[in-house]
Amino acid sequence: MKINAVSFAAGLLFAVGLALAGMGQPSTVVGFLDFFGNWNPSLALLMMAGIPVAMIAHRLSLRRPAPVFADQFPAPSTRIDAPLLAGAAIFGVGWGLAGICPGPALLALAAGLKNGVLLVVGMIAGILLFNLYDRRSPTRQRDETGDQSGLQPHSGV
Amino acid sequence: MGLSAALLLYFNGRVAGMSGLLAGLLRPVKGDIAWRLWFLGGLAIGAVAMMLLRPSSFESSLVRSSGAVVLAGVLVGFGTRLGNGCTSGHGLCGIARLSKRSIAATMTFIAAGALTVVAVRQIFGGVV
Repeated sequence: MKINAVSFAAGLLFAVGLALAGMGQPSTVVGFLDFFGNWNPSLALLMMAGIPVAMIAHRLSLRRPAPVFADQFPAPSTRIDAPLLAGAAIFGVGWGLAGICPGPALLALAAGLKNGVLLVVGMIAGILLFNLYDRRSPTRQRDETGDQSGLQPHSGV
Repeated sequence: MGLSAALLLYFNGRVAGMSGLLAGLLRPVKGDIAWRLWFLGGLAIGAVAMMLLRPSSFESSLVRSSGAVVLAGVLVGFGTRLGNGCTSGHGLCGIARLSKRSIAATMTFIAAGALTVVAVRQIFGGVV
């Protein structure tokens, strides 16, 4: 299916982009977060290069009723709430600790690196922990990826 | 990376957010699984290719104990679910869409990360 082909291509590009930008090196990431020490601007440069390209795609998508191969674009959301900020803060601590976020963790896992395995294991545990917590007191219904679990049919595939 | 996000958005209507992508596999919804696996497949092949062609991509001087890495993972996993995204979802895609939520989230996790780096250095002497 075309959606799967695009997904595959996007995944491949994602990995290559991460690796070329130095995101496969936790020291590079921690270097970026080390504002008061030896600052490594690599991550900032990555954002400055990547965001405009993604922005162009977003602007182009506004002209379409739907994506090329799927039913709907992700719905925008504006409410800045406590779960968002708390979650971002917690994520930031973990990120600053090991210099690895989800994408690079998967990259490192696929590359066969021990820290990749460890981080993904921890990540899965963290996600499952959250799922337990969320079951008791749901924080929200919608995922930024566009999924609206339980609310409406999914797009894609 | 911008191109990756662009393709996923324009053609598939998906945000290239890795935390959401992974979480969607752990609480799978029928019909919403294949594209994630295909993305991870491409990512895996890319990773292997880069490891073979440019192994320096993975050389890092950061030393962390296994316990610290696992703990970091738990915080990343929990935090990205609570906050509904990570550096790719909020930082790249969200900002590209000028999402206020994503801008706020990105500023927050960068600040938290920066403070953590300082804390690790000052409290633990850089060794955890």
